[in-house]
Formats: sequence, structure tokens, C-alpha cells
Amino acid sequence: MSRTEIVQYIDRADLIADRLARENQPPGTLPGHLLISLFFENSTRTRASFQIAGQRLGFNVVDMSLATSSTGKGETLLDTAMTLNAMRPDVLVVRHAMSGVPHLLSHQVNCAVINAGDGNHEHPTQALTDALTIRRRKGTLEGLTVAICGDIMHSRVARSNIRLLTIMGSTVRVVAPATLMPAGIETFGAEPFESMAEGLEGADVVMMLRLQLERMHGSHVPSTREYFRFFGLDSDKLHAAKDDAVIMHPGPINRGVELDSVLADDIGRSLILEQVAHGVAVRIAVLEALVQDSAPGAPG
Amino acid sequence: MQGGLLTEGKKIIDVGPGLFAEGPPEDAVHIDCAGLVLAPGLIDTRAHLREPGAEHQETLFTASRAAAAGGITSILCTPDTDPVIDGVAEVEFISRRARETSLVKVYATAAITVGGQGRQLSEMGLLAESGVLAFTDANRAVENAGLMFRALKYARSLDLLLVQHPEHPSLTDNGTMNAGPLATRLGLPSRPPIAETILVERDLRLAEAAGARIHFPILSTQGAVEAVLAAKERGVSVTAGTAPHYFSLTEIEVEGWRTFAKVSPPLRVEADRAAIADAVVNGVIDVIASDHSPHHEDSKRQPFEQAAFGMAALETVLPLALEFVHSGRMSLLELLRRVTSGPATIFGVPGGRLAAGEPADLVLLDLDLAWVLDAKEFRSKSQNAPYTAYPVRGKAIRTVVDGRPVFGGET
Repeated sequence: MSRTEIVQYIDRADLIADRLARENQPPGTLPGHLLISLFFENSTRTRASFQIAGQRLGFNVVDMSLATSSTGKGETLLDTAMTLNAMRPDVLVVRHAMSGVPHLLSHQVNCAVINAGDGNHEHPTQALTDALTIRRRKGTLEGLTVAICGDIMHSRVARSNIRLLTIMGSTVRVVAPATLMPAGIETFGAEPFESMAEGLEGADVVMMLRLQLERMHGSHVPSTREYFRFFGLDSDKLHAAKDDAVIMHPGPINRGVELDSVLADDIGRSLILEQVAHGVAVRIAVLEALVQDSAPGAPG
Repeated sequence: MQGGLLTEGKKIIDVGPGLFAEGPPEDAVHIDCAGLVLAPGLIDTRAHLREPGAEHQETLFTASRAAAAGGITSILCTPDTDPVIDGVAEVEFISRRARETSLVKVYATAAITVGGQGRQLSEMGLLAESGVLAFTDANRAVENAGLMFRALKYARSLDLLLVQHPEHPSLTDNGTMNAGPLATRLGLPSRPPIAETILVERDLRLAEAAGARIHFPILSTQGAVEAVLAAKERGVSVTAGTAPHYFSLTEIEVEGWRTFAKVSPPLRVEADRAAIADAVVNGVIDVIASDHSPHHEDSKRQPFEQAAFGMAALETVLPLALEFVHSGRMSLLELLRRVTSGPATIFGVPGGRLAAGEPADLVLLDLDLAWVLDAKEFRSKSQNAPYTAYPVRGKAIRTVVDGRPVFGGET
């Protein structure tokens, strides 16, 4: 996506967020469209927010999860996609544990495909949500210093945020233990740090990432308590950031692993629940754009 | 060299300049090769032929049809079939099926360890007696260093050749492509080049200590080439091979999650590609093999992480390798050594030379014929390769095995 397209989406989502806050309704509805949400991987907020976004727009929403689909019966991914395509949806929202699946499916179906998170690749609507949340609090994205901290290697949220925020003129830093830092991350325009004190120095936004359970016990970091000691965000480490720095997290939070509970619930600094609310607004903006002719282009 | 070659039955009986100065013998079939090059048939030391067990992907017959079209007259097949070739019965099955169905010669290699599981040595002595030319656990290196050391010592005592995939399994993990910025961007689990350097360094030391021969069939990294060069210089009995995709392509081919370019070891970066090409030119790499890995489309039309490794390659070895000659980097004779006499010597395969008494396994090449590689045209049962409109020059136009034409010509 270009900077212009990103701004179009965020501007529209901004307006929708205001309207939702006032009257729980988007500015307009687009009834009659069919959205199939196809989640091959567990998700609470992304899945719910796409469904709610679709419903608020008056779409017919069909929710398919791995547990209820035929992939358990040996049907291949492409067969599943083609089967659903035959039911003529307008939008397919796809979440999959493997990178590139929405890309693969988009070549097999003739409806719009939205990437709702694929493997360690991208999560574009989350990045738009985070950008909207930052802009609403800070007024701009330009010139801000954003520190993304934690399991960068396995994070699609980090990748999408780095892409989007650098396009929008923010300075992006990534902070992670060496075992969770992906190769060549500096080529994406993010500056890598292996220490929270250095990485958070003067930051406007501290974005914490979830540490996946399976990485915690010895395979990538020795233990959760050691991880929290060096990379968990507490008020001590937060001192390095600007006084008005805000805390973000795409959820779900491991309290006491990557983020201290007190900070997570600090309504003055934590934007975590705003991220959730804005997620619906962004997804409404994206769905609108995709079913209207004025679509600026599919994210992802 | 201009000259003539005479075959009788399965053998070459005479060859040399001015052989037919008086004209060819009247009772012989005469093939005029003017403007063409007559060479020994290619010997492919590593191809996955899928029979037995995955005949929907390839059979000895369909593979041999592709091989013949690619100028290959002998194939060493890998043991990663179902069942694994780790016993005399499986070797005899391959020999019989080859005799009954294959247009080219097929030699079995067998697993170093039972089932290729990396735990227990296979019956290498008995397998060698039944005709096995080399031992390999195919796409998986023997991980346990102690077991590999014993395998090398045992192989040395019987003068057998061990062939080892070059990557250490504990470092490749679940990696699906080369590690680096592209893997980070595509969000794919990756395999670092160090996985190859470490395994090659380790086995070179083990082979040196055991006094054994070792062959790395498909090197892909600069680090491994440097390790092999250093070992050759200190006298280790090591030989190395590579496949054409490692000197022709880089990781950029997997952009867009293109599973047809998913191979093991993975395609690397330009510095590695160039190092592999240099190693072919200067002889650190002795052999070019196809590493032909046919897969049905269903195994490839998958999310990248789930898709199978490997590409169909029997018909691409010759045209891709000839690029070294066209670019002036190698003489034709030097290049042919990498695919004929080189592998013949290392693996003990009959053929690979134009000399009286050698098998009449021959290929007639049109070096300058320009054509376009397109995987859809492959004669292999599977067409999984990332070439769609890849311009090449040089082609086998007639292939002969044991004096019998198996490809091209009117007979």
C-alpha cells in the first residue's frame, strides 16, 4: 500500500470510529454482501472484529472455523477455498498459521481476500488499527519513535507495523533477545536493539508483542521469569521512554511475561483497549472499500 | 576433435580421428554427426525416482524417458522410496524394474542407516555385493556424529562411498527456505547457510580421521565450498557435487511463495550462487547431478511451509550446465568431465568415456540449438520446476544406451 492509500484508510476509519463511539453505527451500510470469515487458526479479537464490522455494515456474515470445516476430513486448502468460492461470497477473510496462504487463495477465488494474519508474514489490518490508535492519541505518525518489543521473529504484527510506520514517517526500533530477532530486519528500515533500556530511550510509543508459549521454555528464551526480567515491560524500564509514552499490545497479553499487569491496566498510558475498539472501525473501512468501486486496493 | 566412432552390440569397439578415412564400414548403420558433438552419455549421480511407493509422481520408465531426452544414459537413484532401499530385496526390485521398464541404466544407492532413520547401520557389505554403488540417507544427513564416524570407518574397510546431504538437521529445524531478509519478509521459517558449513566441516573431519571417502552431492553455499577446498588441499578423500539450480538460480525464485522453487538445501543468495559456479569451473565441485525430485502438483500447490521439497530436473542438467561453455568459462571437455567421466570415476559407474571396450552409451549434442525451457514440456511424470520461459542453448538430439537408440533419430 502506498502512503496515500494508508492515509485514506486511516482517515475513513477515524471518522467511523467517531461515529461508532457516538451511536454504535457506521456512517452508512452496504446490505446484501456476503462475508465468509475463514479462520484456520484461533483468534478472538480479529475474528470478532471482522464479524462485528461486517454485521455493522449489514453484510451477511458466515463464520467458518477450522473445527467446523472439512480440512479436518482431508480436503486440501485449495479445495476448501474453491468450495467456498462457489457459494459466491463478496469477501473472504482468511487467517492461517502459514505464511502466504491468503496470497495462494487469492489466485483461486474471484472474490476479495483479506489477510487476517498469515503465519509470520503480515497482519495488515492490525497495523492499520495500530496506526489509527497512535494517530488519534498523538495527532500524527510523522516523526514519532515507535519501539516494537518482544518476539519480532515470529510476529506478523511486527512486520506489518514496521512496513506501515516507516512509510508514514515514524522511526521504528525493534527490541528483542538475539534468539527472537529475525535475520536482516535492518533492511526493513527498523533499527534493532537487544536491550530495553537502549531501545526505549526517548520512545513515544512502546508496542509490546505476545511471547508464544512454545518459545518460552528453553527453545528461544530460558524461562518466562528471565524473559520478564530483561524484556518484560514494567514501570522501571518504561522510564527510559518519554514521559508521555503510550503502551500498546495487539493482544492477547501474557500478564507478567511481556507486560506488567499494572501497566497494562493503566488507563492513562495503555491504549490496549482502544486498539480493540479501533480494530472494528478499521475493518469496517477496509470492507467498505473492498465492496465499493472506489477501493484503493486490497491491504496485504 | 573430428573423427569417428564404431559400436558393435553394447560396446564401443573403435574410436578416433580419421577412423573412417576410407568411409564407414558398409554393413554398419551410419550416422553423420557433422556439426554436432558426440559425447559419452551423461551419468546422473542423484535422482529421486519415486518407484517403489510413489508411482503417481514418477516411475523408472517415465524418469528414464526424461533422462534420455536430457542426454542422461545412467542414473543413480536415491533410496528414499517407500519402502526405503536399505536391503538386498529392494535393490533387486530396482534392478529388475530397471531391466524391464527403463530406457536408461539405473543403479541403486542404498541408505546408510536402516530406513534412513539415522539409528542403525544398514547391511552395507551385502548391499554392495548386490550392486549398490554408494550409500546415502538421501535428503537427511546422518545427524549423530558418532554413528556417522562408525559408518565412515565401516565403509572405508569395504572401500565404499558414503554420500551425505550437506545440512545439519538440528540447524535446519523446520526451515523451508534460505535464512535472510527475504525469509524474514515472507514470514517463512528458514535454514541458515551455517547448517551446511557445519555439517560439511564435521564430516570432512570424520572422514579424514576414518581415512574414508565422502561425497557431498549437492552443495549450495560458499562456506561449504571453502571447507571442501581446504579439505582437498590437505588430502582428504572428498568429492563434491551440485545441482544446476544452485549455480543458475537464487532465493529470489521463491518470491510470492513459489513452491516450485522450494528445494533442499534451499536456493541461496547471489554470493553463494557465484561461489558454486566458480567451484564447478575450478573443479572443487567434481560433479553436476540433477537431484531430480518429481512431485505431483498436489504436493506443490500448498502453503509454502507444507509443500514438498525438490524440483524435476532430468531434462535441465545439460542445457543449464552448457551455459558454462557458452559463457566461455569452461571448455566443453572440462564441462563434460563433471557429468560423464567425473561421476564415473567417483561412483564406479561403467561408461563416461569414449574408448574401445566402454559401453556404447552416447549422446549427440547440438551445442548451439537455442530453445526455451518450459517445465510443462517435461517428459517426466511430474512437471514441478520453476522454469516457464527460460532461454537456454544446447540440446541432446539423439541418445543411445548400450548401442540402442532411446531418444531422437529416426530409428
